[in-house]
Order: sequence, then structure tokens, then C-alpha cells
Amino acid sequence: MKKTPGRSGLIFDEPLLWEKGKKGRHGMSIPASDVPAAALPEALQGAGPDFPDLSEIDVVRHYTRLSQWNYGVDSGMYPLGSCTMKYNPKINEKVAATPELAAAHPMLGDEYVQGNLQIMFELQEYLAAITGLPGVSLQPAAGAHGELTGMLVFAACHRARHSKRTKILIPDTAHGTNPASAALCGYKPVPIKSGANGILRVESVAEVMDEETAGIMITNPNTLGLFETNIRQIAEIVHAKGGLVYGDGANMNAVMGVISAARCGVDVMHLNLHKTFSTPHGGGGPGAGPLCVTGELEKYLPIPRAVKDGDTYRLDFDCPDSVGRVHAFHGNFGVLLRAYSYIRTMGAENLKKASQLAVLNAAYIKEKLKGTLQLAYNRPCMHECVFSDGLQQEDKITTLDMAKRLIDHGYHPPTIYFPLVVHGAIMIEPTETECKEDIDQFIETVKLVVQEAKDNPELLRQAPVMAKMRRLDETRAARNPCLCG
Amino acid sequence: MKEFNELAFKDGLRYSNDHEWVSEKGTTLKVGVSDYAQDQMGDIVYVELPEVGATFEKGDEFGTLESVKAVSELYLPISGEVVAVNEDLGDAPELINRDCYANWIIEIKPADMSELEDLLSVDAYRELLKG
Repeated sequence: MKKTPGRSGLIFDEPLLWEKGKKGRHGMSIPASDVPAAALPEALQGAGPDFPDLSEIDVVRHYTRLSQWNYGVDSGMYPLGSCTMKYNPKINEKVAATPELAAAHPMLGDEYVQGNLQIMFELQEYLAAITGLPGVSLQPAAGAHGELTGMLVFAACHRARHSKRTKILIPDTAHGTNPASAALCGYKPVPIKSGANGILRVESVAEVMDEETAGIMITNPNTLGLFETNIRQIAEIVHAKGGLVYGDGANMNAVMGVISAARCGVDVMHLNLHKTFSTPHGGGGPGAGPLCVTGELEKYLPIPRAVKDGDTYRLDFDCPDSVGRVHAFHGNFGVLLRAYSYIRTMGAENLKKASQLAVLNAAYIKEKLKGTLQLAYNRPCMHECVFSDGLQQEDKITTLDMAKRLIDHGYHPPTIYFPLVVHGAIMIEPTETECKEDIDQFIETVKLVVQEAKDNPELLRQAPVMAKMRRLDETRAARNPCLCG
Repeated sequence: MKEFNELAFKDGLRYSNDHEWVSEKGTTLKVGVSDYAQDQMGDIVYVELPEVGATFEKGDEFGTLESVKAVSELYLPISGEVVAVNEDLGDAPELINRDCYANWIIEIKPADMSELEDLLSVDAYRELLKG
């Protein structure tokens, strides 16, 4: 095979800023003051904060070195399942940095920011077209925030119908944040076990759905990377009992432009712009989790939303049934700009193609690795595939050991030990970003690691050996966290 | 992780399919997790305990165990009222890893002693794990 990308190089050590510098050192010199000294009021006197004394080059080197320790999509493959770590095209950054957009004060009147409002309005329209759900709020700041807003919409709707609902159905293959979002709105989560093939059974939903249940929160494709093929029948059962269907859109990268959430029976859905629509995430900045709803539920969406009157745009606050504001001003506007840029530069056809390639890439990895690692569910996968360490048990090698060894070979490990329904899970999501040659190299590397597990298992137990830090003591970090500098 | 023949079992306890154990005798019963459960979890870093006085139905979630790998729910094998919780686990969750049979999690006053009959004997539990 081609060599794996991992190499050792000279890695610089870097102390904390408090351990650097020297008393009296500073970043710039200012002329001596010719203003007579005046006594400081007592209330303002004190020791002051403990800042280190540093020169400019101390600070520049510090942060440059920290950045050299980084691993991101810009440096290599990042197959972190459930996170959609796709490449973020640089044109998005250029658009978001446009001074007219980036520097607009959030309190400017509508007439001064017509361009910004037009972008918000059009983004709402695009997201409505992608989901089939016509009402869109751009305010939620991330996925779980979108879920919470969605649950507020559920509650507002049931309140208006004078229907008292206390529970919510959540399959064990839904995203982990779903129960918390529902519980914050006062709903008691009722877990439902998925069927033996990883798919939710219609009968399991029918058994527990009743008129005290607000609805169901379903992630489709689910966290096993499998499409919930019974979604329409499940939605019918929930609707028949007066419930609503929440679609967690975190895995939209598998089905963008391919399915219509509305036609699947979904009433409310959030999208993760920082996953599917290529805005930075994972320490790279804030997210955005816009909420899309049916026409019937539109009146409950947060205020304000961008609307178009003739040729002009404005923010509409006149929505008496709204659940209120969930974010200051316009949501995370910089993120919205990047997602808008992505949608416009891709176009409808290419968004669909991105999803198709994301699924193809995952399916290719699943087929190529299924004899090497134990496949959790042998059925067609969507944008991610889930394996386990079942075949490595005889070598006494765990998922964690293999993940750490991948670091030595130059890869960010996949998601491990999630989803919980798979014992020792290894969840790989390549996204559409990777070309076939790079995926082949990743596959060969995983095979190499599995071979090393047989030939030299100690190598895996010691891994990573090439990284700046060796295996960290996660147990000690969790039991005795040190949160100070 | 341990092989089957390395797992510890304790006589005089009843076991659930979810790998909790319940002491068999007395007016109040202690509840903990089996060696298999603690081994599968790995290093336990946090134990979430219920309030004393709380009542639970059989099968209800009464707390959680958090390890570096995952968070697992604890299900009460028989109905009852919590009369004591093992406070030592607050500062030293690793006690469960060290000796899961000596370090119980909660003590309950059972609502219906006959529910014990539905649980597995140590031999039946051994068979369950053998698969």
C-alpha cells in the first residue's frame, strides 16, 4: 500500500502563558506620561488580574505553536461519525468577511440593511425548499437549541389545541440531545427500542403512542446511519393520536435534495448549518440550527423573521402566537452568511450530488472494511457506517486502542463508543469531501491497524506513540478535573 | 475486558437481566451492579444517586453510572422506597470497579418481597452471561 500519512516531525513544546514572560516585559512602548499623577479612588484600587508580562513575539509564538498542534479538515481526513466534518470552502469565509455584511450594526433600521435581510429571507426560502417545510426561523444557535425551539413549538401548538400532553417518544437511535431538549419543555421522554435490524418498528410506536403523548422525536437517517424506512407509517400513527413529528435534521447530509421531510410526515425539523451546510464547527466557531415547520405551525416560530413586501425586506415582529425570541438580533448571522454562500455556490443539483457522494463514500468504506471490522448491522448504510471491535476481542484489543493507533498513522479517529446501542462502536462518516484515493488510503490504514493488533498488540495498547501527547489518563481527568491554568 | 472465566459472581444475591444485583435477605435490600456490568463500563467516574425517600416501580431508572466510555442508566430490579444511598460513592466512584459486590449503590425497602422470585439466581445469571 501507499504509506500512511502519519510521520513524526519536530514538535515544539509550549508552556502556558503564565509560565512564560518576565516581570516588566510588554507588547508595546508608549511615551512617558506628561499628565500629573492623580490619586486613584480607593474603590478602584487592588491587586488587579494576574496577567503575565509578555512581548508580542511571545504571544505570536505561543498561539502559532498551539495552532501547529491542531488537526482539522484542512489538514487531513476527519471521519468523525455523526459530526459531518466536511470541508468548508474558503469562498464562504470571503463572503462572510464582506465589510458591508460583516460590519453592519445589528440595530440598524431595516432600510439600511436591505442586503442582509434579503440574504436572510432567501436563506429561509432555500431551507424551506430543501425540507419541504415552509416556515423557517434562523434564530437557533445550534442543533440542540433548534430542538428546544421545536419542543417549544410543540408545546405552543398543544396548548392552543387545549390538549394536555406530558410525554414524548424517543427511539434509542435518536440523537443524544433529544431527551434533554424535550425534558426542558416539561415532557417526560419515553424511550423506544429499535428493531433487530436497527430500524424503528411501527408496532413499537403504536404500542406506546397515546393521547397524552406530545409526539415523537426521530432522527432520520438515525444514529446508526440507517434510513428509517417506516417513517411515514410512524408519522401516521402519531398524527392519528393528535401528536406531532419532530425530525432531527442533524443527519441531513445523507438526504439533502433526495427526500422531502414534509412528505415523510415530519412537522418540525432543525437543520445543522455547521454540519450539512459547511460552516465551521468543532471549536471552529458558533453553529446555527434553523427550525423549519409546516404552514400550520408557522405562527409559533420565534420572532423576528425576515419577510418580503414587494421589493423591500423587513423583520416581522407581529406574530402574537410566537414562542418569542430564542436568540438576540439575527441569530448567528456570520454562520448564516456562510451557509447561504454554500447553497448559492453549489446550486440545487450539486447539493443533491453532495448527499449522494457522502452516502456512496460511506457505503464503499462499509463494503471494504466489513471483513476487517465487525459490521453492526449488515444493511445498506447512508452517510455513515457503524462497526465494532467484536473481531478484535480475541486479540484483547479494544475500539479505543484502534482509534489511538489511527492517530499515529495520521488520521483523526472516527467517533467511538457511540451510538450506545452498539457495543464498542466505531462510527465512520467520510462525507463527500474525500476522493476515492484518500478513502482507499484510509481503508488500507484501518486494515494495517487491525493487522498490527494481531502481530504486535502492545503497539496498539501504547498508542499513540507519534503524537505530541501519549495516551491521556481520561479516568483521572474525569475524577479529578483541574480547571485552572 | 474480562473473559467469562475471569468474572466474579457472588452467591446469596439475585440478579437482573440488566446486570444489577439485589441482596436476597432482610427487611431492606441492597442494590448494586455485577462484575460483568462494571467491567463492561470501564473506569467509573461518576455515580448519580436518587434521594432517600424516593419510591420507584420495578424497572424504573433510579440513577446513572458514568464511565469514560459512556453513561448507563441503573434500573431498579424490584419496586420499593430508597432508605439509604451509599454516600462513599460520591467521592470515590472507583469503589464499584474495585469491589462491585461490597460497594452497594442504594438500599431499598421493597414494596413486594415476592418480586424477588422473578429475578435470576446466581446460576441462572451465570448461564445468561455464558449466552
